[in-house]
Order: sequence, then C-alpha cells, then structure tokens
Amino acid sequence: MSLKTAIPPAKNSNVVPAKPGRKRSFGLDRRPGFLTYGLLLAFFLGGAYPLWWSFVTGSSSGGAFEGSLPPIFPGEAFLSNVSEVFTTIDFWSALGNSIIVSSIITISVVGFSTLAGYSFAKLRFRGKQGLMVFVIATLAVPTQLGIIPLFMMMKQFGWTGSLGAIMVPTLVTAFGVFFMRQYLVDVIPDELIEAARVDGASMIQTFWHVGVPAARPAMAILGLFTFMTAWTDYLWPLLVAPQNPTLQVALSQLQSAKYVDHTIVMAGAVMATIPLLLLFVVAGKQLVSGIMAGAVKG
Amino acid sequence: MTSIISPPSAPQQKHGRPDAESTGAPSSGNSPRPSLRAKFGALDVKVSPYLYIAPFFILFALVGLFPLVYTFIVSINDWDLLSGAGDWVGLENYVTELTDPYFWNSLFNTFSIFLLSAIPQLIAATFIAAILDQNLRAKTFWRMSILLPYVVTPVAVTLIFSSAFDEKYGLINNILQLLNLDPVAWKSEVFPSHIAIASMVNWRWTGYNALILLAAMQAVPRELHESAALDGAGAFRRFFSITLPGIRPSMIFVIITATVGGLQIFTEPKLFNPSSSTLGGPNREYQTTVLYLWDLAFNRGDFGKASAVAWLLFLIIILVGLLNFLISRSIASSGGGRGEKIGRAARRSARKNAQLLAREAAQENLKEHRS
Repeated sequence: MSLKTAIPPAKNSNVVPAKPGRKRSFGLDRRPGFLTYGLLLAFFLGGAYPLWWSFVTGSSSGGAFEGSLPPIFPGEAFLSNVSEVFTTIDFWSALGNSIIVSSIITISVVGFSTLAGYSFAKLRFRGKQGLMVFVIATLAVPTQLGIIPLFMMMKQFGWTGSLGAIMVPTLVTAFGVFFMRQYLVDVIPDELIEAARVDGASMIQTFWHVGVPAARPAMAILGLFTFMTAWTDYLWPLLVAPQNPTLQVALSQLQSAKYVDHTIVMAGAVMATIPLLLLFVVAGKQLVSGIMAGAVKG
Repeated sequence: MTSIISPPSAPQQKHGRPDAESTGAPSSGNSPRPSLRAKFGALDVKVSPYLYIAPFFILFALVGLFPLVYTFIVSINDWDLLSGAGDWVGLENYVTELTDPYFWNSLFNTFSIFLLSAIPQLIAATFIAAILDQNLRAKTFWRMSILLPYVVTPVAVTLIFSSAFDEKYGLINNILQLLNLDPVAWKSEVFPSHIAIASMVNWRWTGYNALILLAAMQAVPRELHESAALDGAGAFRRFFSITLPGIRPSMIFVIITATVGGLQIFTEPKLFNPSSSTLGGPNREYQTTVLYLWDLAFNRGDFGKASAVAWLLFLIIILVGLLNFLISRSIASSGGGRGEKIGRAARRSARKNAQLLAREAAQENLKEHRS
C-alpha cells in the first residue's frame, strides 16, 4: 500500500501498467453490470418459485388449477387446508419428535466431536497419526448401507418405535471430529494450553477453560449443519419408527393416502418447511459462511 | 489452583521443573502428597487423550462400522426377516443378485439419475460461483438467496416436485400444453422420470455447491488475476486458465461428496409416485439401488440378498469414488498443466511487475529526498 501512495499517478514512466491509477482498468474491482444482477435475480426466482408455488397450490381450494399459468397468486383456502393436514397427521407431535431427535443428536455430535477434535489437534499420544487417518478414511464410507444389521439390533433390543432408536446411528460422525480437529489445530496456541497446565489445571479443566471457549464458533457451525442433517433424515426414521414419526415421516404419510389431494399435501409441505425457513432467516448468514469455511478446509 | 498443589506433568516438565523445584517442593512439607499428585498428573496426561477420543470411536464402531461389517455376514447366509439366520450359502446371494435383471435395472437407474444430476449441477454451480465471485453489492444477500432451496427438506422437495410433475394436472404439463407441446409421461417413462428426479436433486444442491466453489475461487491468489489481466487476458481466458485450475481440489471434493450421496439416493424416488404399487414406478422405471435394497429387505424379507446388494453397492461407491478421484486428478493435471504453466507465467510476470513497482517507488523516493 505504501508503495502505491509513494508514486504520484500522474507521473509518466516507461512501465505503463504498473501505475496504480490504471489498476481500475483491469476490471477486477469494477462493479458488475445489470446482466450480473439480472442473472442472480433469475437464479433466486428459480430457487424460490417452487416454494412459492407450493404455497399457491396449498392455498387453493381443491380441484383443477385455475387462474394464471404459471400460478402466481395464492388462494384463500390455506388455513382450511392446514386444518385438514392436522386432522390427517399428528403434526405437532411429529414436530416435537423432530425437535427432540435433532437437538439430542446435535448436542451429542458437537460434544463428542469437540472432545475428540481437541484431543487430535492439541494433545500428544501414541497412535494419534494412525487414528486420525482412520477418521479421514471413514469420512467417505456410506454407513447408511448398514441399515439391515442396525434394524436387527434395534429389534433385538426392543427399541423399534422409540425416539432413541432414531438417534442412535448418528450420535457421532467422523466428519464432526475431522471438522473440529481442523479448526482447533490452528486456533489454540500451544502456549495457552501449557500455561494452563503450569498453573495447575488438570487436563479436563484445560479442555473446558481453554479448548471449549476457542472452539465455540466451530461448534456453532457444526451444530447448525448437524441439526439440519438430522432434521432432513428420512430413510432411517421411516424404517425404525414409522409409528412414532418425525416431521419428515409424517409429511410423507400425507401423500401415501390412496387419493392424493395435492392442495393438502402442499399445505403440509409448506407447514413442514416453515421451521427451517425460520432457521434460515435467523442463521442464513452462518449457513453461508459455514459452507464456505468447510469448503476451504475440506 | 497453584503450581504448588499439582505439579505440572510430563510434557510440561521441561518448562515447569525449575519452578516446581525451587518454589513448590520446599514449601510443601509432607512428601507423599505431592508425589501422589504427580502420579495422578502423569496418569492424567497419559490417559486423557484416549478418554477424549474414546466416545467417538466406541460409538462409531458400534453403530457405524459393526453394522457395515455384519452386513457381509448376513449376506453370506440365507437370512430372513422373520425366521432369522438360515443356512450358510457362501456367495450364492451375490451370484443371484449379479444375475438378477432387477438389480442391474436399479444400477442403471441410479447411475442415470446420478449423471443427470451431477453433471448439469456442477456446471451450473461453477457458473453461479463465477458470477458471485465479483465485486457485488449486497454480497451476503445474493449468497443467501441461492442457498434458499437447501433449507427445504428432501421430503418436501419431492412432494412439491412430484405434484408439479403430475401427468394429468401437474404444473409442468400444464405449461407444456399452453405452449402447444405434448404432455410428457413424467412418472411412467424411464428417461422423463429420471429427469424429473434429477431436477429435484439439482434444485436443492446447486446453490450449496456453488458456495463451496465460490469459497475456492476466492482463495485463488488475486495477483494471478491481476497479472494475467496485465498480460491482456480477458475475463473468459482468466476463468479457464486461472480460476478453473485453482479450484481443482474443491471440485474434486464436490464430485466425491456428490457421488457418495447420489449413488445412495432414496427419498426422491421413494416418494415420487405414491400411487405406484411397486417401489420406484409401475415397471421399476426409476427404482434406484437403495430402493431395490429396501424392497428386498423390508417388503420381501430377504435380508440375505438385500445385504448382498448393500455390499455390492458399497463396493461400487468406493470404486466410483476412487475412479472419480483419479480421473479428476488426471484431467486436472493434464488440462491443468496448461493452466499451471499459465499460472506460473502469471506469477512470474506478477513478480516482475512488483519488482518494477518497487524500483520505481525507490526512484520516486530518492527524487523526493533530493528535492
């Protein structure tokens, strides 16, 4: 920066492009034109329209679609369709189940990942390298393909139909450990841990007073994505506890009636999307930065 | 807590010793207590790392790895949902499945849907990322706006798209008819149904992947772009010669996660057509492998064969993942060789420019000093 200010832009010399006054003309810092914003708007509308359309359909009063094509304006029957949803499925208990299941999975994954990630990032122990390689190798293993023995286990224990059975397979993830390790390895200076140890803190106290405060931002991001993944899961809850459905399973039951009434299914889809839309409004920025941060590390 | 009560242990002893000896040892009169503390401290240092990683490894072994391994044991038995473990049959289940046209049909459908979603998605995501990678106003807003579909759950996405692709009253066919085109049998023909299902995946994941690629693009050193621009490379040239080679690792990451996820697709084909009595379409038009597995295991109760399918799919996913990795690496390094050369050239010219700048600045400074 100081170099640039040292050179008066008006002075002419034989090295033309090096003049800071010309920097603008590279086009790198230029504000993009209308075409860019037009394209972005088109992508946004393409992303939003199916959602809007589901609301339009969910608020229309049965029968064939009427009005404009493509439909843009919502009807007036949304509330009556929603009450129809409530009589078909037990929406509120399904919502409760989803909140319980996703929350406990999130707490477990974040807690155990932070603990293990901290150990891998900052502590010395024999076999560390090998165990970390193991964690990385299991990142891409499709554990979902173990559903048959898992289902047999749950049956054996008599857990089928319980919320516990839904949570058990995802209480820890290799990704979580990897993610926390990558974050903590740079963020905590070794001196800080040593200082705490010299002051007489035990290992767990050091973890609690040095590791956890430093890990907080990464814990929030990991928690957000773990919650989303648990919330959207469908295959396992459908298999192990269809009689005690999560929101996704209940929502799918709306459709499996013999006669499919699209307006009611769509009203249900809208109702089931509202919780995550709220999350998006509150934590959308964090979702964006989480995806972008994970990408650089992954 | 001070150093007197619990002397610092093993790894810290190098630093802690002198302090502990000079102040800690004399002040504490009785000798057995500190040594007990020291022993505990040493144990603490030795055992704690393992204690912290233990919950993860134990739980992961129990609910992640054990089921996967046990799937293989189930697959070499004539195992039934109701009667349990039957006779040992060796690899017979594998032979049966590998000669079953339904298994191959499911593989074909899985790969067809996967390719129809992965390829357009990757291209679109790269395009969107390149657009977002500019000096935009309201950056955060635009980034959030393309992520919107990601918060709609796959079940809700499928219900919405299944309704839109309805053959009689669906939005898409209505629009086609408005344009005087023939309606398409989205739910009863192979190719159209694959397009419909792939469109759900694309809709939900393109924005997400665009953000990953955007992050990678922003990590490409700015000087490369600047000096390429200096050398007269236009925006397109810079995109293909600098940006694309630069985001190679993230590209591979996106491709591999898309593969692992895409080959296990379940929700979308499961809920696409509720009125079909067979899972995955009246004639299994879009019955994917996981759906086939589900049908074998939980509708027909044949755990043995279903487990064989699970293991075959497991091997295929690992294989395709590896293949993707190798191909994208070799493409990137042969195609990217050019990019790298250009990158190197750009870096060189950037360095040259910086030197010129510095020299010029020094001269300017000298002039100023003289005057």
